[in-house]
Amino acid sequence: MTVTTTGDLPDEVYDVAIVGAGVVGSAIARELAGHRLRIALLEASDDVGNGTSKANTAILHTGFDATPDTLEARLVRDGHRRLNAYATEAGIPVERLGALLAAWDTEQLAALPALAEKAVRNGCHETRILGADAVYAREPRLGPGALGALHVPGESVICPWTTTLAYATQAVRAGVHLHLHCAVRAVTTGEPHEVATTRGVLRTRHLVNAAGLYADEIDRLLGHTEFRVTPRRGQLIVFDKFARGLVNHILLPVPTALGKGVLVAPTVYGNVLLGPTAEDLDDKQATGSTAEGLALLREKGARIMPELLDEEVTAVYAGLRAATGHGDYRIRAHPEQRYVTVGGIRSTGLTASLAIAAHVAELLTGCGLDPGPARKLEPVRMPNIGEAFPRPYQRADLIAADPAYGTVVCHCERVTRGEIRDALTSTVPPGSLGGLQRRTRALGGRCQGFSCGAAVRAQFEAHGGPGAPPRTPGTAPKEVRR
Amino acid sequence: MTTPTEPATAAPGRRPRTVDVLVVGAGPAGLAVAARLAAAGLDRVEVLDRERHAGGIPRHCHHTGFGLRDLRRMMNGPDYARHHIATALRAGARLRTGVTATGWAGPRTLDTTGPGGLERITARAVVLATGARERPRDARLVPGDRPAGVLTTGGLQQAVHVHHQTVGRRAVVVGAEHISYSAVLTLRHAGAEVAAMVTALPHHQTVSAFDIGARLRRPFPLLTDTTVTGLTGRGRLDGVRVRHRDGRTATIACDTVVFTGDWIPDHELARSAGIALDHGTRGPAADTEFRTGEPGVFAVGNLLHPVETADVAALDGRFAAGPVLRHLTDGRWPADPLPVRVRAPLRWIAPNRIDPDGPRPPLDRFTLRTAAFLTRPVLTVRQDGRTLHRRWVPRTVAPARPLHLGADWIASADPRGGPVLIAVD
Repeated sequence: MTVTTTGDLPDEVYDVAIVGAGVVGSAIARELAGHRLRIALLEASDDVGNGTSKANTAILHTGFDATPDTLEARLVRDGHRRLNAYATEAGIPVERLGALLAAWDTEQLAALPALAEKAVRNGCHETRILGADAVYAREPRLGPGALGALHVPGESVICPWTTTLAYATQAVRAGVHLHLHCAVRAVTTGEPHEVATTRGVLRTRHLVNAAGLYADEIDRLLGHTEFRVTPRRGQLIVFDKFARGLVNHILLPVPTALGKGVLVAPTVYGNVLLGPTAEDLDDKQATGSTAEGLALLREKGARIMPELLDEEVTAVYAGLRAATGHGDYRIRAHPEQRYVTVGGIRSTGLTASLAIAAHVAELLTGCGLDPGPARKLEPVRMPNIGEAFPRPYQRADLIAADPAYGTVVCHCERVTRGEIRDALTSTVPPGSLGGLQRRTRALGGRCQGFSCGAAVRAQFEAHGGPGAPPRTPGTAPKEVRR
Repeated sequence: MTTPTEPATAAPGRRPRTVDVLVVGAGPAGLAVAARLAAAGLDRVEVLDRERHAGGIPRHCHHTGFGLRDLRRMMNGPDYARHHIATALRAGARLRTGVTATGWAGPRTLDTTGPGGLERITARAVVLATGARERPRDARLVPGDRPAGVLTTGGLQQAVHVHHQTVGRRAVVVGAEHISYSAVLTLRHAGAEVAAMVTALPHHQTVSAFDIGARLRRPFPLLTDTTVTGLTGRGRLDGVRVRHRDGRTATIACDTVVFTGDWIPDHELARSAGIALDHGTRGPAADTEFRTGEPGVFAVGNLLHPVETADVAALDGRFAAGPVLRHLTDGRWPADPLPVRVRAPLRWIAPNRIDPDGPRPPLDRFTLRTAAFLTRPVLTVRQDGRTLHRRWVPRTVAPARPLHLGADWIASADPRGGPVLIAVD
């Protein structure tokens, strides 16, 4: 199993190199790992799923509202089916809550039948229009004034972190080389291509660009200027677990000309999300929140569910979607360059990831890749960090076998010493405390480290976490007596 | 005097146990109530703490000032914690650390997780002493980037004093109350410089001697009437943006920021039991005998008043032992006590339920907090428009500092009347 973080890249020629270890790049690596290929997965940051894949609304879409007959519509529908099955196999938390698109005025109410028809065209036949009474029977805490809603039963919430990690783990266990801290700087096409990275040159016969926000820049390195990624920022507020009881469904707005709007949705971790905003920016690193953005969310939230705003806020974050100003995914094969671009994968990318991967594998074959015979991948079983399924602190059998699973370190999220240890020694270990949080939930709770921050950091650093100064006993500053 | 109670229900892999009194939280309040109960002859008084070591917050407060009110002496935090642990153990209380109460299986039955396995503990009375914590940056909706180097005082103190970890070199402290000055001391202990202290209020809220003491020898600016408008830094914090009330803005260069004060009770267990909370304190609503809305469940310490000093929390524990013992004997629980509420700028009052025919609160007083500086305020107690009591406070009361109100008026409240309202006239 190979995950590298420093030093030169292996001196070999890969069959396929994938740029970007987000949910899409990792899914492609996993898909190709089902064949006897030499595969490299390159990631500029210190972890998989560290860009758009880690900061989104975490919804497993049915694709009911996609633009019919687009590539996106097809891949989302196919991906929804594939990821549902995969989640069951790999232990990725999914909760099939269903969505309600609440209409707050007559115009929105009038738009519901067309949405239901569109859903049918997208292969989604289960939707139903509910009257106001039926809406409030399902969502008693919904703000006053809803006139009706479209009910979409298949919409689910999912853990985006476990999903990406499961793909990457399975790929690495099947022989894929994951190279972190490895940003691509230049590409010299040839037989093989020479990819100049921050960690030296990598040679590969085929190249896949799954670089998310940076897909346009990688494309330009190969001479293509077909699209430009405009980061669209989405700020989100995460409410405390005590808010979870207020919400039963994913509460989606009725789409308007201004975009999809602000939703209220439970998370699989037992919190409630409010967001996102939609701000077109130039800066691909502008993942900060703003006072205006948070005020807007609170204003929208007050309409959708007034009681939500009285609950404590656990976290605020912002993610960037890779908008291209084009209505569909930008997935293109360039057979002459043995190169596939996977661009413009917007908020539906998590849902579509497995379908995108299968599609890209086909495109690569069209580019001359001979995948050889397929082989069955060793199944993965991921640690559960969802609230709807038993966690180690609740499991007598696990604790009896290993008391570390009974030693709660992060109290808000009830993360045990055993789970943190497992994450630190896993196939794709975290490169930072943030990465540890995404694998275990440690530090992700309401106290944000007031109680456990130092203890979690100590366990992380004891494993030689990157960026950690070597610690020797007795080097602590001497007690100063005043 | 113990009557073993049948465990609520059996659960696979959970060991059912019964005790007389289960105390959740081994900080000063929990330890003090356990010590008193055990000393009074109760056989099975058990104190749980989810941390590896008992003692609560004082464990990592290495400054002095602990113990004045309850022990009549001055100690540092760790010594104070050790004193209360020893007292509880000597009295015969059982102390179990590393055990987390994760939820309720019945009215007085808690499920726990520890390295020794899962348990289901049924008690004749439960005392919640789960304390309080500071609201972190996100809960205060401070916008900006999400860099490393953002702490609360609690997180800072544990990092420095318990785990001997490094912090940054230059820090901004948000808040200017007692705890904020503790953060300054801890930062200096760790070798960090204080770039500035920032408060949205017009003045610091500690005693002037603390402020002068902290700033005289190693000065740092105290920015009053100033709010934090954002954090900047990708990877590590590199600045804190601030805005003064008059509109001036600035960015203070720093690699660490400590959000201090702004306390919220750790009320997870109370709330998950469905116990009514007080809107002001956000802790369980409780009467003058520490009784919550759930029969047999008491609450003490900073869970009820976020936040008073450790010794006040310990006094709670001491005072609560009597009511707990009485309840074990007579089983009485008031059906519907009168709520006591405050009007802004007052923020909360504790206790916040009364029985006009019942006992007065410990030390014969209520504790309040204000959100704004009050100069020589007049506190008025009213019920259904009728004035029960007026009291002039001949000083300036700072936010984050206690304001006390005597309890003489309790008996004049109408037990069948509406809520009692405390206002500043």
